[in-house]
Amino acid sequence: MSIAWYLAVSAIVFALGAAGVMVRRNPLVVLLCLELMLNGANLALVAFSRMWGNGDGQVFALIVMTVAACEVCIGLGLVVAIYRRRLPIDVDELRELQG
Amino acid sequence: MSAALFFVAGFGAIAGAVGVVMLRDPFYAVLALVAHLLSLAVLFLLLRAEFVAAAQVVVYAGAVMVLYVFVVAYVGGREDRSSGIGQLGELLRGRGPGGAQLRLGAAILGGALLVELLIALLGTGLKAVGGAGAPYAPGPRAFGTPAYIGQLLLTRFLLVFEVASFLLLIAAVGAVVLAGRSRTIGGRGGIGEDGDGTGRVLTPLDLIRPHETGTMAEGVGARK
Amino acid sequence: MATTTYGWLVLLFPLLGTLVIAFGYRVLPGRSAGVIGTGAIGLAFVSALGALISLESHSSSHQELASTLWNYASTVGVDAKVSILVDPLSVFMILIVSGISSMIHLYSISYLEEDRGFARYFAYLNFFVFAMLLLVLAGNFLLLIVGWAFVGAASYLLISFWYRRTTATRAGIKAFVINVLGDAGLVLGTYFIFKHTHTLDFLGAFAAAPHVFHAGEADIVAGCLLLLVGAIAKSAQIPLHTWLPDAMEGPTPVSALIHAATMVTAGVYLIARMHVLFELAPAAQDTGAAIGAATLLIAGTIALVQTDVKRVIAYSTMSQIGYMIMGVSVGAYAAGMFHLMTHAFFKALLFMGAGSIIGAMAGEQSLEKMGGFRRALPFTFGCFVIGGLALSGIPPFSGFFSKDEILLVTGELGGWHWVLYAIGYIGAFLTAIYTFRMIFRAFYGDPVAQARELEEGHLHHAEVPRNPATGEVEDTDVGFPGPHHTIAERALPMKVAMTVLAIGAVGAGLVQIPEVDEVITNFLRPTFAGSPLYEPHTRDGLLIFGLCLGTALGLSGIAIAYRIWVKNPEFAVRARERFGAVYELLAHKWYFDELIDALVVHPAAALGRFATGTFERVFVQDTLVGGSTGIVRAGSATVRAVQSGFLRYYAALLVLGVTGVAFYFLLQT
Repeated sequence: MSIAWYLAVSAIVFALGAAGVMVRRNPLVVLLCLELMLNGANLALVAFSRMWGNGDGQVFALIVMTVAACEVCIGLGLVVAIYRRRLPIDVDELRELQG
Repeated sequence: MSAALFFVAGFGAIAGAVGVVMLRDPFYAVLALVAHLLSLAVLFLLLRAEFVAAAQVVVYAGAVMVLYVFVVAYVGGREDRSSGIGQLGELLRGRGPGGAQLRLGAAILGGALLVELLIALLGTGLKAVGGAGAPYAPGPRAFGTPAYIGQLLLTRFLLVFEVASFLLLIAAVGAVVLAGRSRTIGGRGGIGEDGDGTGRVLTPLDLIRPHETGTMAEGVGARK
Repeated sequence: MATTTYGWLVLLFPLLGTLVIAFGYRVLPGRSAGVIGTGAIGLAFVSALGALISLESHSSSHQELASTLWNYASTVGVDAKVSILVDPLSVFMILIVSGISSMIHLYSISYLEEDRGFARYFAYLNFFVFAMLLLVLAGNFLLLIVGWAFVGAASYLLISFWYRRTTATRAGIKAFVINVLGDAGLVLGTYFIFKHTHTLDFLGAFAAAPHVFHAGEADIVAGCLLLLVGAIAKSAQIPLHTWLPDAMEGPTPVSALIHAATMVTAGVYLIARMHVLFELAPAAQDTGAAIGAATLLIAGTIALVQTDVKRVIAYSTMSQIGYMIMGVSVGAYAAGMFHLMTHAFFKALLFMGAGSIIGAMAGEQSLEKMGGFRRALPFTFGCFVIGGLALSGIPPFSGFFSKDEILLVTGELGGWHWVLYAIGYIGAFLTAIYTFRMIFRAFYGDPVAQARELEEGHLHHAEVPRNPATGEVEDTDVGFPGPHHTIAERALPMKVAMTVLAIGAVGAGLVQIPEVDEVITNFLRPTFAGSPLYEPHTRDGLLIFGLCLGTALGLSGIAIAYRIWVKNPEFAVRARERFGAVYELLAHKWYFDELIDALVVHPAAALGRFATGTFERVFVQDTLVGGSTGIVRAGSATVRAVQSGFLRYYAALLVLGVTGVAFYFLLQT
């Protein structure tokens, strides 16, 4: 399969993740959709790495994975903290930071 | 052979993604993401990224998703009457502020983004995109092997490697702080539990975080 | 000393008097403010005499002397100097002003004896005299306007002297507003003159005027008409006359000085001074003559029905000024100035007498409450009679010669001036009637209670001080008249002042007996040298006719007044009922107040209300201020709406942004 196919899959996954961030109301699921977007990017990176034949893309993908792990860590910690304070787990309800 | 595998893995990845976006129960969404990640690992293998595929399975699907599962089990959360796979009409008619418009808008925006990305990625002038990739010579330190990646990480990308590890450390500390039970000034028990003014055990964070800092708990009156 | 130095001294003394009294009033003991004030004016009179003597020592063609103190402002085209012009006309005026003023100051020392504002009064009065002298001595338009404005200000200060009386303050404002209208006319008229002569200096402008203006040209007519507006406002001629009767709210000496002898004559002086310009604008001259004639008739009719003794004399002043304006407008300059002089004497005398009888009535001014004071106030009665005879034009008193000379010159001009001639004699007839109506009502008949008290030697005192016009109760503290009332018989200063003026009223006519001696005409000739109207051909037949007619009208007027108000008082009541409509017209002063109210005051007030309520509120506040802030507020609210706090909206915006950027880059390629 040519690289183009992998890029197409990557684009689809990324777009789905973006739509999911906009649509879902549970913060956990929003974070999952963020993961989707990161994974889509990862796929594109690895595909390009295969295309060029050097390992830069793969290293990038590994680092992205690391960052995603950290971000998930913090995000889930936030969600837990919110849950602890008996606030609703709904991004539409959590809107005190408004103008 | 690889084409068939590609299509299976590709379909699995997309199906998992759709599942994450559309499944009502967050737990099922997590499981859908796991399936997606595994499919992606297969795709990585097809692209000769052995180490990345392994890391994907072990780290992402293995550790991160397990963490997700724990938190979902603890927090739960249900989306009432949110989008279901079969309920397209209700999908478009959502709840929440500007729900319907936002769902429709999200669909449109997502579609627009997809189209643009496809144009960008596939319409690029790079001829190599149409090809199968660079020539590949197998070997112990071939492209994609752990040794290959390790060498890259420790030579060319050393700084990145170290910074990433530092980032992990910070994240770990942050997670502990955020979700941990710390004693408040003038209160026993955790934040969010009623403090009665006794048991003044201070944590370092209490020293640098004064009262009335505008936390959400204070905002809702759960903490004074 | 040079002649003009006397002129500066004449200005200096009253100014010093004002400053000394104004700054030192706290330390001046007792009545010394009055003495200082009177002394200052006395010194001014002495300086005026010096100026007269010194002026006469010059030859006839060199009697127009200008002197500049300093150059006030020298800008493009306008040369504003502080300069005076000492010539026969101005010396004539300063003699009258300082002479009469000094007598009135003397009178005031007794009249305002226990008034809490004694020092303030003399400071104001000295300031007024300074301003009037400045007006008549001014050597250029600028200083004339300054003096004009100062005189108006002094009039306002003195009319509202008893400032806690609402009637007085309102009268002061009315006078000031109408005077300002005149000031505007004066300034605009000056502009029209200056536009062509390019100099503000009198001598320069008058020399240039015949060369730069054609007779009857639009600009000179406009300029003279505007100057006439100024004269009309200051001299209380129709239609800007409504302030003068109200100005009687001021103390009686103020009425005597300002509103009889000096300030209201400023208009006459102005026309006489600007005679060169007026002769180039016959339309303005005719307008002035017509206004003068109308005023003298209308004011005479109104005086027939007035009940306040001071208002009778005020309308009489208006009428006599009408004679003067008419006189100087048709070209009878010497006659007009002569009448100004004699009028000053007898009118001030009448006002002083009025002050005396008001004192006897303890502040009451209404003729209806007075009667039979002949035995109680003999000296006052004598002064009233002398003044009344002079006013009515009975020979050999001064008014006879001056009034008839004006009418003689008017008649000699012929044509439409015969109308003015006729009106003048009708006015003379009315003058005699209303003057002696006043005298007979106040002094004849049964003595009222106050008169009987006085005959027994006890001056009536009001238990409760009241406003004579409205009857409301007041007190005698600062801002109101003092508790002390006095009459001429008991106060020496008043007696001396009135005696001097009475002598003048009797004898002043002797200086200008037609065909015998023409002192005034000769004296004033250098000023009016270039005027073709100055030396009319006297038709002796008309002269004799006029003198006889005047005497006859005067005597018959007195006789009629005697018949009505002494012999047959019910006649007046029956006449009032029979001619009710006419009476109402006259009692309401020909409805001029109501007319001005409807034409000017109400629209102005409505405009003010519109400006405040509608324009200010709707346009400025709501639209300009509110609108601009509203736009900003709306704009910021719109922008603020983006910060909704909804995470999903932010995410959508992010994706939208990324999509947009990507789209842009896609287009680039």
